[in-house]
Amino acid sequence: MQPSIDVSSSPADPMTPRMFRVLRNYNDTADCYTLSLQAEDGDPLLFAPGQFTMLYAFGRGEVPISISGDPSDPGTLIHTIREVGPVTQALREVKKGGLIGVRGPYGTAWPVKEAEGNDVVFVAGGIGLAPLRPALYQVLHRRSRFGKVALLYGARTPNDILYRDELEKWRSRFDMQVEVTVDRSQAGWRGHVGVVTRLISRTGFDPVNTIAMVCGPEVMMRFAVAELTGRGVAQEQIHVSLERNMKCAVGFCGHCQLGPAFICKDGPVFVFPEVKRLLSIREV
Amino acid sequence: MDTLQRILTSHPFFEGMWADHLQIITGCATNVRFEEGDYIFRQGEEANHFYLIRQGKVTKEISPPQSEPLIVQTLEEGDILGWSWLVPPYQWRYDARALTMTRAIALDGACLRNKCEHDRELGYELLKRFSLTVSRTLDATILQLMDVYAAID
Amino acid sequence: MSAGTTTAPTYRTLTVPQLDQLLSALCKEGYLTIGPTVGDAAIVYDEIRSTKDLPRGYTDEQEAGSYRLRENAQGYFAYITPVQSAKQYLHPPRQHLWEAVKDSEGFHILPDPPANTRYAFVGLRPCELRAIEIQDRVFLTEPFVAQHYKALRQAAFLIVAQCTRAGATCFCQSMGTGPAARGGFDLALTEFPEEATFLLEIGTPRGQAIVDAIGCAEAPEEMVEQARARQSQAALQMGRRLDTEELPKQLGSSYSSGRWEQIARRCLSCGNCTMVCPTCFCTNVEDTASLTGDHAGRWQRWDSCFTSELSYIHGGVVRKSTASRYRQWLLHKLCTWHEQFGESGCVGCGRCITWCPVGIDITEEAQALRQAH
Repeated sequence: MQPSIDVSSSPADPMTPRMFRVLRNYNDTADCYTLSLQAEDGDPLLFAPGQFTMLYAFGRGEVPISISGDPSDPGTLIHTIREVGPVTQALREVKKGGLIGVRGPYGTAWPVKEAEGNDVVFVAGGIGLAPLRPALYQVLHRRSRFGKVALLYGARTPNDILYRDELEKWRSRFDMQVEVTVDRSQAGWRGHVGVVTRLISRTGFDPVNTIAMVCGPEVMMRFAVAELTGRGVAQEQIHVSLERNMKCAVGFCGHCQLGPAFICKDGPVFVFPEVKRLLSIREV
Repeated sequence: MDTLQRILTSHPFFEGMWADHLQIITGCATNVRFEEGDYIFRQGEEANHFYLIRQGKVTKEISPPQSEPLIVQTLEEGDILGWSWLVPPYQWRYDARALTMTRAIALDGACLRNKCEHDRELGYELLKRFSLTVSRTLDATILQLMDVYAAID
Repeated sequence: MSAGTTTAPTYRTLTVPQLDQLLSALCKEGYLTIGPTVGDAAIVYDEIRSTKDLPRGYTDEQEAGSYRLRENAQGYFAYITPVQSAKQYLHPPRQHLWEAVKDSEGFHILPDPPANTRYAFVGLRPCELRAIEIQDRVFLTEPFVAQHYKALRQAAFLIVAQCTRAGATCFCQSMGTGPAARGGFDLALTEFPEEATFLLEIGTPRGQAIVDAIGCAEAPEEMVEQARARQSQAALQMGRRLDTEELPKQLGSSYSSGRWEQIARRCLSCGNCTMVCPTCFCTNVEDTASLTGDHAGRWQRWDSCFTSELSYIHGGVVRKSTASRYRQWLLHKLCTWHEQFGESGCVGCGRCITWCPVGIDITEEAQALRQAH
């Protein structure tokens, strides 16, 4: 190895990745996989639930990916990634022992602390379960501080359901409600069929004292917010995580702007009224 | 108040309904039970009822000739099954099957249609409630059709 | 950001030979002197060695979609604005970020050390100086500091040429960025072309030090007053104006205006406005890989909100229409920049008007959008 060289290799340089080694790389579903990483320098990457990193695959490029591991175990950095382009494809091909560049963590967090004393409803769609999982871990670690806890999760088909074992484990707990639905059923599926928003009306929570955390495709989130507000949850109690193109993740590149917001710095997690208007306008 | 009327009164679908209207509706209601796998109705059959599901899980299915039935939606406790009794030609457009043992209250559509013709106020109340069910189902269908989790090429 | 505490402005007179001495002194101190010069039938910034390289006698006529170089002026700084600003040096169009090299362990990353180039900008317009300060907020606000920009910016020596006339596309007066700079520079010149002298204003101790070494005479009070009068004259000549009262608020409710579609019928989505704008900062990254596959590079290069790629997320482009891209650009400059950085993203230099191939005028469009409000 070459010795490190100059000032810009200091952590102060926001554009230079740190090196992480792949501990595990396994498939969750046909198009999603999970990378478990460890820092080469041994320094754990401390993060808050909802934050993301930029992952670099040698020679292919960088992508923003939400962290999906447990914040109380930062020594192992976990991302569940959906393969949608050349970089996420290249990351999928990195084997155990291989290296990946990581920058971050970046962005705002789910309001887990603020949610204490309230009922908590997680509404996840598709890969949107991954960015919510760290918040869910945190809530379950301090379960007694919260009221009712519900996870409502919608996937495309039964085969697309992420974290099956964990969902089973959570479902068997007496102190949380877990509902999983699919848009398209398959043979043998005995669970719910229908969109995730339909689960909201079937969930027991006190709308006045509820914090909702919603993550999924933007259209799904719009429907989910409508359903939640229909149940009487105030918009200020609903938090969403948005997605836009991010190249630098630190507000330099301008790509992720949504009106006045830089999704990378001001988001990805927003309290709904902050973005409500912009989400209703096309092509912002 | 008999048991049926009490059940109807406490069901969200009938929330706020006048007692005398509820009494009329109760007159058209019966308790029903379906075992796992039972058809509640089949596509093309005359639609004479609708159901308030009290317990269990019901699938709405469409069966293409060459493949397994496609489950388009599941309904559960608190949901309303069926509105074809309300609109001509009063025929079911899909199959409904009990995925698990299901208890429901069946309301006689022919009986209700007749009563609504004579009591327009009752008719309007029922229509308002069904419109809400239909519109929410339509919203859900639109979202489902969008296939938001699909891979994008 | 400044290279020391700003001292109370002191005024000197500077002759042309002394300006040459100043340029030499900067060179001796290791600065690369960048100033206006004639190139490509226009006034452009380039490396200059002496006053001979300055565009003496040249001026420019600018209008919406039109630029003409004229050789009928008096003085060294008689032009309005060069084609590009200092942005091309401090935030260059292409910047190498780092290199990744494969080795037995996997690969490692070799960051590109920040450039040690020390630029001395000679003849920056006050609006351009203001644009640098605006970009400072983008790149130098903690916790994220752009290392390459920081190195170049901290080392840069800034000499302003105060404006004594304004062009047809200028509206710095409306934006409060000109025609005279009142601080933020190391030195500022106000030209007296008929006497071939300059009033020299000292802004920083390091500016003071370099001037002291040349030994310029103190300027008489009436020269300072005359310079002020000439700058005020420029303020009266502004070819464009923009009413900024309540502008961000009113533009903020213009997202659904039909005006965007009207502009889009003319706009070519070419991105010229973003390239010449001294504050536009958007970039993309490029990843390169060697044929042998053991070296990979990462570059940052200018991007524009008029490209489809800028708003691409997996599966598609968010801003598909030209209308939405122009809306992003104009609203960013005049509306959302305020929310992001507490100030306007427009300095009123007029470049976007001049260099728009179809002559779209930001002041006209903003006014129309405001009236529709």
